[in-house]
This record gives sequence, C-alpha cells and structure tokens, in this order.
Amino acid sequence: MTETSEDKRIRRKRAAAAVGALAMLVAMLAALPWLVSDYSLSLLLNLICYLVLTIAWALFSGTTRLVSLATSAFYGVGMYTVAMLIKVLPLYAAFAVAIGAGAVLALIVGVLTLRISGMFFVIFSFGLSEMMRELMVWWEINQTHTMGRYVYVDFSTTKIYEHMLGLGVLVFLVGWLLRRSRFGLALLVIGEDETVARQVGINVPFAKVAIFIVSAMFMTLSGALMAPRFGFINPNFAFNPLVSFQVVIMAILGGLQQLWGPVLGVIPLIVLSEQLQTEFPFWYSVFLGLVFMVIVYFLPRGLTGLLEDGWAALGRPLDLPRGFSGPLRDAWALLSRPISLPRGIAGAIEDRWIKIMPRLTEKR
Amino acid sequence: MPAIEVVLGGMILGGLYALVAIGFNLQFGMARIVNLAYGEFLMGAAFAAFWMFTLASINPLLGMLASVPVTFGANWLVYRVLMMPLVRRARTRQELEGETILATFGLLFVLRGLATLAFSADNRYYDYLGQPLQIFGFTFAANRVLAFAMACVFTAAILLVLNRTRFGTALRALAIDPVGAELVGIDVRALSGIAFAGGGALVAVAGTLVSTFLTFNPAIGIEFTMKALVVVIMGGIGNIGGSLVAGLLLGIAEALCSYYVDSGLTLAVAYALFLIVLVVRPRGLFGTA
Repeated sequence: MTETSEDKRIRRKRAAAAVGALAMLVAMLAALPWLVSDYSLSLLLNLICYLVLTIAWALFSGTTRLVSLATSAFYGVGMYTVAMLIKVLPLYAAFAVAIGAGAVLALIVGVLTLRISGMFFVIFSFGLSEMMRELMVWWEINQTHTMGRYVYVDFSTTKIYEHMLGLGVLVFLVGWLLRRSRFGLALLVIGEDETVARQVGINVPFAKVAIFIVSAMFMTLSGALMAPRFGFINPNFAFNPLVSFQVVIMAILGGLQQLWGPVLGVIPLIVLSEQLQTEFPFWYSVFLGLVFMVIVYFLPRGLTGLLEDGWAALGRPLDLPRGFSGPLRDAWALLSRPISLPRGIAGAIEDRWIKIMPRLTEKR
Repeated sequence: MPAIEVVLGGMILGGLYALVAIGFNLQFGMARIVNLAYGEFLMGAAFAAFWMFTLASINPLLGMLASVPVTFGANWLVYRVLMMPLVRRARTRQELEGETILATFGLLFVLRGLATLAFSADNRYYDYLGQPLQIFGFTFAANRVLAFAMACVFTAAILLVLNRTRFGTALRALAIDPVGAELVGIDVRALSGIAFAGGGALVAVAGTLVSTFLTFNPAIGIEFTMKALVVVIMGGIGNIGGSLVAGLLLGIAEALCSYYVDSGLTLAVAYALFLIVLVVRPRGLFGTA
C-alpha cells in the first residue's frame, strides 16, 4: 500500500501535535520547582530519577530480554565516583569521570559475560553491586582510611531536578530513536532468537555490549546527579540492592512493549515507597516481593498490556448471547453446586492454576 | 607453616560451599529452576537452629531432624505451587530460566522481609563447640571441623545415591536430557519436584552448620546464593562432582585472600575466580562439549 500525499500530511500533523504536547509537558515539569513545596520536589526528583533508571534498563533488557540485576552497581558507581572526586575536581568534571567509569565497568562486564551466555550475564549482574560495595569498602578502609564521604557542593535540589529532567528527555529520545533504527531492530531479533540473529548477519556480541554500555551510562549519570543531594555517602548507601530490584519491578509492572510503559510502573511504586518505606521498611520489602510475583505470574505484559487488552475489549461489541440474565444464572448455578474436592484443596488449587495459566500465556 | 594451615582452613569452608552448591545444583541442574531465593532457606535453617539452641538448648545436629524435613516440604511446595505454572508455560529452557529468575527474585525479598520482621535485623550468634581442636599439629575450632565432617558425610551420601541407585540414575538422566528421560519412562515432573526439595533439604543442613560458627542475620542468604551460583557454573551445571571440586577451590581461594589481602573481599574472590574460569574455560572446569 503506497502512502498518498494526504496520508503523509495527516501523519506529519499528528507527529507535530505529539512533539508539541511532549514539549509542553516537559516545559511544565521544568517549571514545577518554582511552584511546589520542597517535599513535593524531592518526590518528583525521585520519580524522574527512577524513570531514567527504568527506561535505561528497558533499553537493554527490554530488547535483548536479558534480565539485568546490576542497575544499583552503575547507579552506585556514579554516586560514589562523584563523592570521591568532589574535593579535587569541579562538579561537571566529576560527572564526566563518573560516566567514563560506568562505561568502562559496563564494557568489562559486557565483554566478559555477554559474549558467552545469557545465564552467565544474569549471574554476574546479580552480584556485581555487592562486589563493587565490597571493593569500595576495602579500598576506603585500607587505602584512604575513611568510611564514607561528605558531599558539600553548591548544587541545589532544583538544579539536580532540572538536570535529571534533561537526562530523562535524552533517554526517551534515545529509546525513541532506537525503536526506529536498524540497530534497535537487530536487538529485537537478538531478543527473539539469537541463532537467527547470527544467521542474518548481526554482530550479536557487539550489539549486546554496545546497548549495555549505553544503558549503563544513563544509570551512572543519574547516580552521579543524585550524589549532591545526600550530604553523606558511604558504600553501603550507594550500592543498595533495593535499587536494582525496584527498577526491575517498575519496568515489568509498566510493561516493555511501549516506550512510555515504565511511566505506569514508576509512578505507583514511588508513591507507595514514599508511604511505606520510611515507616515500615521491612513490610515494604515483603510487599514489593509479592507485587513482583503477582506481575510475573498474572501480568506478563505489565499494566500497558492490561490497558491494551482493555482498549481492544472496548472496541468489541458486547457478547451476551443469552441476554444480561445469562451470566447471573451461570453464577447462581456455580454457587449452588455442592463443593467437592476429590483431590483435596491442593488439587483444587492446581486445577485453578492449569485453567488460569495457559490463557494468560497465550496472549503474549 | 601458616600457608598449610590457611589452605586447610579454606578446605573446611570449601566443604561447606560444596554442600551449598550441590543443593543448588540439584535445583538448577536437575529441576532446571534458577532459585535466587535459595540462600533464604539457609538463613531460615540458621535461625531455626539458633532459636532451638537458645530457647530450648537443643543440640543443632538434633535440631536438623526437624528443620531439614520441614525445609524439604517447604521447597517441594514452592516447586509444586510456584514453579509448576512457570514450567508449564515456558517454551524453551532459556525462557524458563528467565521466568524463574524473576519469580524467585520476588520470593527472595518476601522471605527476607518476613524474616527481618520476625527476627529483627540484628546479628545473631550462639556458642556451640567453640573450643579449639588440635589436628596434625594445627589448631581449628571444633565447630568448624564438625561442620566440615558433616558436609563430607552429606556430600558422600548424595554422591552414593546418585551413582549407585536406580533413583540416582534417573536423576542424572534428568540432568542430561529431560526429554530423553521422559521417553524412557521417568516421571520428569515428580522427580524434578523431589530434586528441588532435596536441594532445599541440603541447604537446610548447610544453614544449620553455618549457624554454629558464623554470626548471621536475615540478610546473609543472598551471599550464599551468589557463591552457590558461581560454584555451580564453575563446576558445570548438573555436574555434582564438579560442584564439590569448585566449592573446595572457592573455599581455599577465599581463605588465602582473607589471610594475605583482606577478609572483607570474599565475594570479590568468588567473582574473580568465576571470571578466570569464564575466560580460560567457558564451559566450566570439567566441561566437555
């Protein structure tokens, strides 16, 4: 089907409207620091920071389908590099060094593990943050004889927020371009079937390592930007495994099919964590774990998938062959049936699983 | 000669790592589940031993008679209730690995959060057989030697079962080729459940032994999971003997590092060793193919 000039014109108009709306949104967000309270601003900053981390995570894990649990390692490297260099370098130079450090770490990890098998990469990413924490503690105690560093620098929360917003726009842009490029397509093929990818001539290790480095650089920079926000930083604080965990949940809750999917995951979880984390930190961990398992089992395509299904259902005509009383009569029949558990409660649960699971998975 | 003493001390620790890794290998190599919540059961067993010892002064070794079957049952339930749906819906092994990593990652935080709520985040310690013991002129803490001996006994028992019984042969078949195993009449799902639960039982043994000589808190599980992963990959997935050798190797490397460099770098050692193996022998220490 060829595109007529009319179609083209409509498409251009739509694109212009979308870009305009996004620009307005960004401008509004950028103006917020002068409109809201300090508390709301710190909440917003947290939100944008996690948005950057989650979209950066999705750049790599959403396309190649390799679950990276190393977010906090890069976030921590960014934060701690700035904390270490703040006294000897100007702030922006410290940011630059931090990005470099994150990229080098990603290169080493990527070249060593992504080349061989996805499993090795996951295992390595699982422990990377913990190992970096150990190494930093060792370095600080034995070489510099300090434990933790003070970051006093003239860089207000508003400035951090504006920089983080800029980073957010950038990571969105990268994600958008990636979806429209040959490189992005190559990554999707790798995620779908690596053997096929190799057969059609994609340089698989190069593609994987390259996108891993890009994603890691965003994570590192967001950690670096956050460093001036906390007066005192020690390795245990910088390399917090909860960061990795939250990012994975947010990304999967939001769904990875759409670029804006992570937004739907980040907002509810940040609001919840603000409510729960300070007062009931351990319940928060339990709760996060449960939410995560529910998503893995019942919402494999995240909230975006749910929305898409809902949208599709709205477009379909209502299907009630026996009228409105049909479902009611079915429900009554179900309720009035005697309870029989030939294989016990465990058997009943198992039957339920069998009934529920394939239906959800078929739609993937 | 301190070097020999360090190596022997490392072997004692390595024996324990081997036990933890063999349990993990039963779950990963045979039941094909990557269980990131594995270490949480070790932590649970350690706390069980701690409470039994401090509240009722029950000998930890006797306490295992209760904690090991309970953990076996709990892991069997985890497999039947939580893992079965994933096993059913996964189309390839890679997909199953990815899904189980995610699901058990969630489980890890649930179990750890619950343990912290129940027991608080404090470090725990109890004194059981802390007195020094002289062996070949070297001095070791008696509880460490006991832990090593127990680890040896259990490892030997597992190896005997795997290599000398019909049941063990079926398990090994499962590790090599699940489809082929099904074709020759092995009930793959039932056996996978038992292998998974067996792995859980072994980690309960390891947790009890760990609690006798290390301070622990609800957060220790993840460290053991990581080390188990590293050891299993080094020794080869599904290769129980490989896990034994790689576990001992890790223990020795760790002991040497903590003696000559710093005791706080244990995980870095594990990962360094892992990287060396990855670079030199990408298929694992005893990999063929």
